[in-house]
Amino acid sequence: MIREGTLNIVILCLLVAVPAYAYVMNEPFTITLATRAVIFALAGVGLNLALGQGGLVSFGHAAYFGMGGYAMGILASHAQNYDPIFDGAFLIEGTNSMPVIWVVAVVSSALLALLIGALSLRTSGVYFIMVTLAFGQMFYYFAISWPAYGGEDGLSIYVRNQFPGLNTLDPIQFFGICFAILCLVLLFVDRLNKSPFGLALNGAHQNEERARTVGINVYKLRLVAFVISGAITGLAGALFADLNRFVSPTMFSWAISGEIMIFIILGGVARLFGPVVGAAVYILLEHFLGGLSDYWFIYLGAILLGMVLFAKGGIIGKLAKKETHHGG
Amino acid sequence: MSTILLIEQILNGLQFGVMLFLMAAGLTLIFGVMGLINLAHGSLYMIGAFAAAAVAGWSGNFLLALIASLIAAAIFGVIVEMTVIRRLYKRDHLDQVLATFALILIFSEATRWTFGSFPLFLDIPAVLKGTVILPGGIEYSLYRLTIILIGLAVALGLYLLISKTRVGMRIRAGENDREMIGALGVDISVLYTMVFALGAALAGLSGALVGAIQSVEVGMGEPVLILAFVVIVIGGIGSIRGALAGAILVGLTDTLGRTLLPVLFSSFMDGSAATTVGSALASMLIYILMAGVLIFKPTGLFGSA
Repeated sequence: MIREGTLNIVILCLLVAVPAYAYVMNEPFTITLATRAVIFALAGVGLNLALGQGGLVSFGHAAYFGMGGYAMGILASHAQNYDPIFDGAFLIEGTNSMPVIWVVAVVSSALLALLIGALSLRTSGVYFIMVTLAFGQMFYYFAISWPAYGGEDGLSIYVRNQFPGLNTLDPIQFFGICFAILCLVLLFVDRLNKSPFGLALNGAHQNEERARTVGINVYKLRLVAFVISGAITGLAGALFADLNRFVSPTMFSWAISGEIMIFIILGGVARLFGPVVGAAVYILLEHFLGGLSDYWFIYLGAILLGMVLFAKGGIIGKLAKKETHHGG
Repeated sequence: MSTILLIEQILNGLQFGVMLFLMAAGLTLIFGVMGLINLAHGSLYMIGAFAAAAVAGWSGNFLLALIASLIAAAIFGVIVEMTVIRRLYKRDHLDQVLATFALILIFSEATRWTFGSFPLFLDIPAVLKGTVILPGGIEYSLYRLTIILIGLAVALGLYLLISKTRVGMRIRAGENDREMIGALGVDISVLYTMVFALGAALAGLSGALVGAIQSVEVGMGEPVLILAFVVIVIGGIGSIRGALAGAILVGLTDTLGRTLLPVLFSSFMDGSAATTVGSALASMLIYILMAGVLIFKPTGLFGSA
């Protein structure tokens, strides 16, 4: 048993050590796997804010993941075809600059989360799960039936977008960008959790009535948390699209929402590094079980089922001392 | 748009609606009695369809295939309830979602492993092929009409079962007060298994009936599951009446939206753009309907707070 803080540092070191080793050994595929894990972790950190801290079981976070992906896809495809997005009273052009794309991805997925959250948070419990799932599916069908950006086939972007001063096509440099973003977001979420806002959010999760009684506007509090959560997952979506240089409606599918949730449960609900461990373990399982059998989802399902039934608290919960509690 | 085509689309919407009802009724019953959200309900739908396709392929008898779908789904329902679901009744919704999500992964991959990735086809039986002439001279598919009738018959049967029989009385009592009915000497775990098996059988039947119009493939259950959730949110959770009203509303809205919206948009836009915008909007229509219900009545049309 070690302290959770120490464990977190070990996790971060491992997350750097693997691609660094792969770089030395010249194995770009491993670096790409690590980049995938980092991006999935980021998506999970976003959902964990709503699900772990806020107790809001959103089964529709693929909507923000996909929104971020399409923000990248739409901007970059216009830039690659030299075709302005809007040409009227003023001109909006596409771009292949990563920072601009990130801002657009964050803002658009935050707005989407505001809309979906404002409606879904009128309900609670099992309704909330079903409503978020349904709204997520709505965007999936919309993306399939809207032909302007590839429809069902999706959009290919031929060259990875640019970041000033770096060669983004070099796997290790792109990994560095994603890893830096993950660290910044983890720092931000950690500060947020310890702020009065985060404490109130967690308080409302543990006892909604008590939070109301002390004068907290629970609906507003949760809506803000939901929007931040969606924005982070949207940023992850933009990075994921850049990693693959491809976006498709699959990014909106309910299975993605489920996977993001799996990262959290594997690692540990409401633990800061839960989704990071969960995403890394998921990628490892996918790589090794997927190599053993075409039907690796059976094993993943069995592991997940076992975790839920017998190992509450996830991997971090098993390894770390009990010092952070999450509401049940 | 001609009246005949419109009536035909209304019937199609009704057929879609009663199939959604078979799914939603089981889900809402399971939630009402056991307080469980079951994502694996779509897998039971898939199991029903595969069982029917396998038995129809082997025996050539459609009625036998339907019976097989009911039995297979109910058996899998009982097995799953006794091994996994039973442990989840007292857990929070997050655990229920994750465990039943894990079940979807297991069932889908196991089905792919057994039957392969290619879709199976279930033929409409010869007796039900072709069309009938309805009053007013409307020609309509006999099989789809049969589905509507089966769906309505099941709805009636479910109503009679729940309001007139002793088992139904226990189910209603279970919805009202789980502990009290246990204290009165009803074996609550047998009741739970029965309710789960009933829900599973309905899902299996629905999968088999729809399997004859669409293809039978892995992953066929989840889109229907999510639509059934929309139905439940609209109708109100735990209410069978709400499930029926919601299912028919969703079935009609979706089917008519897909036909009418492109026509509506073409009255003020040019043809291809109208088709694009109309069909994109039509794919979102039922979710917009759900959003509307959430704004005005967050507990659903027939739900209690």
